[in-house]
Amino acid sequence: MSELLQVDDLVVRYGHLTAVDGVSMTIRPGEVLALVGESGCGKSSTARAIVGMDRPADGTVRFRGDEIPTLGLRRRRPEFTAVQMVFQDPNSSLNPRKRVGEQILDGVRAARARGLESDEPGAWLEAVGLQADMVSRYPHQFSGGQRQRVAIARALAAKPDLIVADEPISALDASSQASVAGMMRQLCLEAGAGMLFISHDLSVVRLMADRVMVMYRGAVVESGPTSLVWGDPVHPYTRALLAAIPHPDGKGVLPEAPTADAPEEWASRVEEALNRQIAA
Amino acid sequence: MSAVLTIDDLSVELGPKHARREVVRGVSLELTAGKIQGLAGESGSGKTVTAMAVLGLLPQSAEATGSVKLGDQELIGLGQRELNRIRGMRVAMIFQDPSASLHPQITIGSQLTDHVRHHMKLKRKEARERAVELLTRVRVPDPEHALRRYPHQFSGGQRQRIAIAMALACDPEVLLADEPTTALDVTVQAGILHLLRDLVQERDLAVLLVTHDLGVMSSIADDVAVMRHGQIVESGTRQQMFTAPQHPYTRELLEAMPDAQESDVL
Repeated sequence: MSELLQVDDLVVRYGHLTAVDGVSMTIRPGEVLALVGESGCGKSSTARAIVGMDRPADGTVRFRGDEIPTLGLRRRRPEFTAVQMVFQDPNSSLNPRKRVGEQILDGVRAARARGLESDEPGAWLEAVGLQADMVSRYPHQFSGGQRQRVAIARALAAKPDLIVADEPISALDASSQASVAGMMRQLCLEAGAGMLFISHDLSVVRLMADRVMVMYRGAVVESGPTSLVWGDPVHPYTRALLAAIPHPDGKGVLPEAPTADAPEEWASRVEEALNRQIAA
Repeated sequence: MSAVLTIDDLSVELGPKHARREVVRGVSLELTAGKIQGLAGESGSGKTVTAMAVLGLLPQSAEATGSVKLGDQELIGLGQRELNRIRGMRVAMIFQDPSASLHPQITIGSQLTDHVRHHMKLKRKEARERAVELLTRVRVPDPEHALRRYPHQFSGGQRQRIAIAMALACDPEVLLADEPTTALDVTVQAGILHLLRDLVQERDLAVLLVTHDLGVMSSIADDVAVMRHGQIVESGTRQQMFTAPQHPYTRELLEAMPDAQESDVL
């Protein structure tokens, strides 16, 4: 069994609202799985349940075969620091009153507690395209984009086996989004880690994910290798989503707009759209 | 074609006395009826401040110099009273966050009718008819019912449609659109882009579209200007800008788009 992460029939509820309705997935080492969909489809709730920030109403989340415990006030057991998260807003992963070097050092200590080597904070800053001497700065002394790079460095410093990244690049300037996404993929693969990459931006997902899962209203409607789903979408929702992306080709072509606000067929279950495989 | 709105050598200084910064430096643009002029650039490039300066919507400490002409009328240096006669009437604006244009505690109906009654001096009944007509035009479903509801009862996309209806209520000549689809889902964005395109054609609107999204720019703008550090580094027709960019910064922006890059995994 080589699965890093195994999620089976995950259900997340907030009161009467079912945000995630039976999602299953696996991630292997060195693999980037993208979870895409529009706001409110349940992708962030899925991520939160996976890392233990929300308690699943049903289903299981296993990391290397062990169920991931819900986060509490107590420090997490060392073996689970191998799961790291990067959020959309870097301010929610950084402490404003601590120098970034010390915060990255927290990650380094988490790695050492699991008996792993990790580089010095300065080296991690360089790995994400910043300068080593920035370690003595506080988060507010960085721009928003740089702060997200720091948050990524902090997560990577813990030498995670699994990174759960929830819209890690959408707060960045357009010109650095693709490069930061590429950098995350690169660093992840070099470390042999797996990554769950959550995004609403399909053009970035195409660049970096091995497999993709498309979510709509709490359920996965289509999944498979990125090239297959991108090149030949089967589910009506996936088709609408891909057709709606405007392309910067200068042709002045408006992207296709759905005829209705949320056509019923988008929520339909299409068996052949799930777990698609490239024919041998 | 003559310009509806001409921005000539506009500069804007901002900030406290000891740290004044020139955030817009000598920007010139012309908006023509029935055309969408795009203004691209990254955050902090000065594109939003440029749009805000047109309507005098800058902080008190700001100082705008240069010229912004609506027809023959100079807008720079106008007092608040004169500007208020232009805002919403002849030049309207929509924002990234439609909630910025809508009052959360007042029904859509009251907001739309108050607006047209105030600006266009319509009677109550006429104003209501006008509101229904506007909501129908921006394709808000069941307009009669929508009038009785509050902004939070609509989805983000519908809210932006309502904000557009509000902006168009007094038949302005110019529409300033600041990242109007940035906060929306991509399928919703596509619908709003279609709506904008249709409205521009049918009403002969002159539009300034501020966006960092080059995909959006490419699909809807007729002409594009690229801003960096407060200055326009390159401007031209959409086709020129996307297929034969001259300035290295424009090229850099285009090359950074995911569309332009070879995928690692495909």
